Amino acid sequence: MSVVAETLSEAQAGRVATKSRLAILPALNEEGSVGRVVREIRAADPGFEILVVDDGSTDGTAAEAERAGARVVRLPYNLGIGAAVQTGYQYARNNGFDIAVQIDGDGQHDPGDLDRLLAPLARGEVDMVIGSRFCGERRYRPPLARRIGILLLSAVVSLITRRRMTDPTSGFRAVNRKGIVLFAGNYPHDYPEAEANVLVARHRLRLVEVPVTMRTRETGSSSITALRSLYYMVKVSLALFVSVFRRYPALED
Amino acid sequence: MTPLRISIVAAIAAIFLLALIFELIRSRRLQERYALLWLMTGAVILFFSLWRGALGRFSDLIGIAYPPSALFVVASFFMLVVLLHYSTAISELSERNLALAQRLALLEQQLKESVASQRERTET
Repeated sequence: MSVVAETLSEAQAGRVATKSRLAILPALNEEGSVGRVVREIRAADPGFEILVVDDGSTDGTAAEAERAGARVVRLPYNLGIGAAVQTGYQYARNNGFDIAVQIDGDGQHDPGDLDRLLAPLARGEVDMVIGSRFCGERRYRPPLARRIGILLLSAVVSLITRRRMTDPTSGFRAVNRKGIVLFAGNYPHDYPEAEANVLVARHRLRLVEVPVTMRTRETGSSSITALRSLYYMVKVSLALFVSVFRRYPALED
Repeated sequence: MTPLRISIVAAIAAIFLLALIFELIRSRRLQERYALLWLMTGAVILFFSLWRGALGRFSDLIGIAYPPSALFVVASFFMLVVLLHYSTAISELSERNLALAQRLALLEQQLKESVASQRERTET
C-alpha cells in the first residue's frame, strides 16, 4: 500500500513541477467527435495537457480519447455535466495546473479560439474568461425559444454579477489557479454554467467575455431537449435566486 | 369533544407506532437521528388522543369545528416535516455519493498511470 502511495505522490510531484495548462473535455457518448477535438486542441496549442472526463459513456468515448493522446478519467456512472467538469477541475487542482480550459467534447467549440480565450488570463487581468457566442461579429443564432431563454438568463445573470453577460450558458471557458481551486471545491450540478458565473462573481473573482465562434454539432445530439429546457429555466432560476441570499467568502490567494 | 372511540383508536395507533419505532432503533435498523421526528409524531398523536380536552381547545383555537380532524391535521403536518427531512437526507447522500465517485475516478486514473510508468521503468 505504501508503495502505491509513494509512486502516486512521485507521479504527482513530477507533474507539479511543470507550469501547465489543462484542457478539460467533458464527454458523454461522443466517440464520433472526441478524438477529433483532442487532436484539434493539440494542433492549436501543443502546450496543453488534455483530460477527457468520460461521464459514464456506453460507447467507445474513452478508448477514442486515449487513442488521440488524451488522459482519460472515467466516472463510474453518469454524474451529469456539472460533476464531470468539476472532476476535471479537481484533477487540475490536484496536479498543480495553473490554467484550466473547459471545452465541450462534441466539437461545437473551436480550439482555434483558445488563444483569444487565454489572452486575458495571461495578462493577469481576470480570473475567468468566458467564450461568448453572442458578442462577436460572427454571431450564432439559436432557435427562437432558446434565444428568449438565453436572453432572460443573461439579464438575470448580468443583474446579479453587475456586469453585462451575453452568453451565460457557454461551456467554453478558462480559469486561472484561483478559479481552478474554487471550481474544484464547489461547482453547480445540473445545468451549471450560468450558476458558475454567479459563483465566480460572488466570490469577487474577475471575469470577462470574449467572442468565440460556434460550430454546429458534428455528431451526437444536444443534451437539451424541449421539455428539459423548461426544467432548465425553472431550476436555474431557483438556483440563481437562492444564490443572492447566500454568503460567499472572498478567496485567499 | 372528540368521540371516545376515535380517541381510543388513535391512542392505540400511536402506541403501536411508538413501539415499532422503538423496536427499529433497538435492532439498529433505524438511526436515532432519523427516528427523532417519528418519535415526536407518535408522541404528539398520543398526547392529543389521551388528553381529549387539549385537542378540543386546540381545534377551537385554529378554527376547526370537528376536533378529530385536528388530530389528522397535526399528524399530517408532522408527516410533511418528516418527508422534508428525508429530502434533505437524500440531498446530503447524493452529494457525498457524487464526491465519492469523483474521488474514485481520479484515483483510478492516477493508479493506472503510475502502474504504467512503473512498468516503463522496470523495462528500461
